[in-house]
Amino acid sequence: MSQRIRVAASLAAAALLATACSQGSATKAPSGEGGKVTLRYFTFSAAPDHVKDLDKIEKAFEKENPKIDVVVETAPFDEYFTKLQTSIAGGTAPDTFELNYENFVTYASAGSLLDLDTVKGDGDPSVYAKESLDAFQRDGKQYALPASFSTVVLFYNKDLFDKAGVAPPTADWTWADEQAAAAKLTDKKKGVFGDFQPVQFFEFYKTLKQAGGEFLSADGKKSAFNGPAGVKAAQWLVSKVGKTMPTEAEIGGTADYDTNLFKSGKLAMWHNGIWQFAGLKDAAFTWDVVVEPGDAAKASAVFHNAVAASSGTKHGKEAWAWARFLSSSNTAATTRVESSWELPPVADQAVLSGYLKDPKPANRQAVFDSLKSIALPPVIKRQQEMQDAVTKQLTEAAAGRKPVEEALKTAAADVDALLS
Amino acid sequence: MTLTAVRPKAGGTRERRAPRRRWRYAGTVAVFLLPSLIPLTLYTLIPMVASFWTSLHEWDLITEMRWVGLGNYLELLGDAGTRAAFLHTLYFIAGYLPLVYLGGLGLALLLNRAMPGRGLLRGVYFLPVITSWVVVALMWKWLLNPASGVVNWALGLFGVSGPGWWTDPDWAMPSIIFASAWKDLGFVMIILLAGLQAIPKEFQEAAMVDGATAFRRFRHITLPLLSPSSFFVVVISLINGFQVFDQVKIMTGGGPGGATQVVVSQIYDLTFRYGRAGAASALSWLLFALVLLVTIVQIRGQKRWVTYG
Repeated sequence: MSQRIRVAASLAAAALLATACSQGSATKAPSGEGGKVTLRYFTFSAAPDHVKDLDKIEKAFEKENPKIDVVVETAPFDEYFTKLQTSIAGGTAPDTFELNYENFVTYASAGSLLDLDTVKGDGDPSVYAKESLDAFQRDGKQYALPASFSTVVLFYNKDLFDKAGVAPPTADWTWADEQAAAAKLTDKKKGVFGDFQPVQFFEFYKTLKQAGGEFLSADGKKSAFNGPAGVKAAQWLVSKVGKTMPTEAEIGGTADYDTNLFKSGKLAMWHNGIWQFAGLKDAAFTWDVVVEPGDAAKASAVFHNAVAASSGTKHGKEAWAWARFLSSSNTAATTRVESSWELPPVADQAVLSGYLKDPKPANRQAVFDSLKSIALPPVIKRQQEMQDAVTKQLTEAAAGRKPVEEALKTAAADVDALLS
Repeated sequence: MTLTAVRPKAGGTRERRAPRRRWRYAGTVAVFLLPSLIPLTLYTLIPMVASFWTSLHEWDLITEMRWVGLGNYLELLGDAGTRAAFLHTLYFIAGYLPLVYLGGLGLALLLNRAMPGRGLLRGVYFLPVITSWVVVALMWKWLLNPASGVVNWALGLFGVSGPGWWTDPDWAMPSIIFASAWKDLGFVMIILLAGLQAIPKEFQEAAMVDGATAFRRFRHITLPLLSPSSFFVVVISLINGFQVFDQVKIMTGGGPGGATQVVVSQIYDLTFRYGRAGAASALSWLLFALVLLVTIVQIRGQKRWVTYG
């Protein structure tokens, strides 16, 4: 027997062995004790602040559905979609998982999601706010149930405003008011900054709308932000860096730098989401929120999360029951409201009004006011690449390595290339 | 067992038994090879074939694969981002290789001399090698933090305002090169130290008797006799250099402004950030081709400068 055949034969044997091994592991579904169905749920919005709240919802669900055992897996947002994608590719996708609006289209059009109408049980769709429900439809099919939404508002440290003798922000503020106040409140010697608004894609598409511009052309086939409104919006974001806001080098890549700066009472104004409310409960100073200042128009960012089921799940009916409970049950809605864990997208205004009862922050009404004019993120197929391209160019401009106009021109060319 | 199998026995029996004995011999060899052959097949050969297959497709990990032939390769070859990633990798190697080799050589020569605490020092310099890259990269990221790092604080004592080590695109790559050389210095040192100790003392003594200066002895005895070790170290370091990833991922994430995006971090981003496993596989094969080419050139070229015995 020649050497070559010998090698080939042993290779073939090893390959056979290998395939035999790999087949066993992926298809094994976890099954609970005593005929119980184990349902996996993967989420990014629960950890770290709301694991207990999710636990509460889960316990209530399992009490109502004793045959279902929900197993929660969490990952931080930055790693969440990497893990989700890999698990789908590897055939070990969780039965149910959280999706945000920006990524919903990608997963729905890839066929990774179960059409929930095919497994739904009793339940009235009118418990959901209609716009929310519609946002997670594609080709007339309900691929996910809206579970929570949140908006971005302007947080401010009232004590810092009072100390500096500056009138606190109101709903009528424009960029100019914000800028003037930020300049007065910045005291670099004491390490106090007037303003913090991250220079990245999500702030840009929103400020663009505030400046009266659009991110994509009406047919969605070309970028439309490289114009006067785009330059104005980018300029607005970039102009803060190093003046009323710390530079990238000063931040030094520290995680949660802005959160800690605000919590330590050294930041006067902070553009961030209402998911920060719970974490600020014990702040040692008075803080409040207002609808973000606008320029040509008001526009607030709204983030929408939903629960979807994997198209490969063996427990479609159970998955639907859990998605339904997590998104619209009274327990889920009140738990979210009471713990300030974003807002439930339910139609019942009485549930939402409970949100206003919490005394901190005083102006909770601003959260609902911000919904009156919203800016939804542009969504394309190559979403992450678009977000990175825009953020990269804005960062270059913010660091003073490129003029704003040139950065926007490059970003527009990059986005056009992704759309072609 | 093996001995009896290869030693031919006298007489006509040999002819008749030979095939059977050969089979037994092959079986014996196979049994001994299997423990390394199985993982090699599972984790290297099969994935290699799979990645080549993937590289001919468009695949976002969640949808069905779509055949594109050589489309991924053609796109990558004309792509500015790919070119930049290869250039950044070459930049890394150009800085890293001389630094780690000369630094390691210096340490090896120093620690080859008789001096107190020599064994301890050898151990100390080798410690970073066995430390996880995550630990080392985080440590350097912290030391070189532009705002609160120890290095810029120390520079500040002398009135020097330190640069944004990994927030400034001009400094980010040098920072990564420096941290990488620091970590791998011990590896180069140990290999070269072993090479130095294998050089017979008689050569040096004979040259000394002939009145050769220290420099000439180093140039004409130590360096040529060390060349097999040097060759090994250079080949390994170069391959490591092409595959640089961990330190980049942790220290800069490819930034600022893409200034440290190397080939492997580009492969990672393509797969896991942008859902383009096909393009990422194609890029892996382009990198493989380059490493293979460079290694072949090195092995061919070694005749010119590597002296054995």
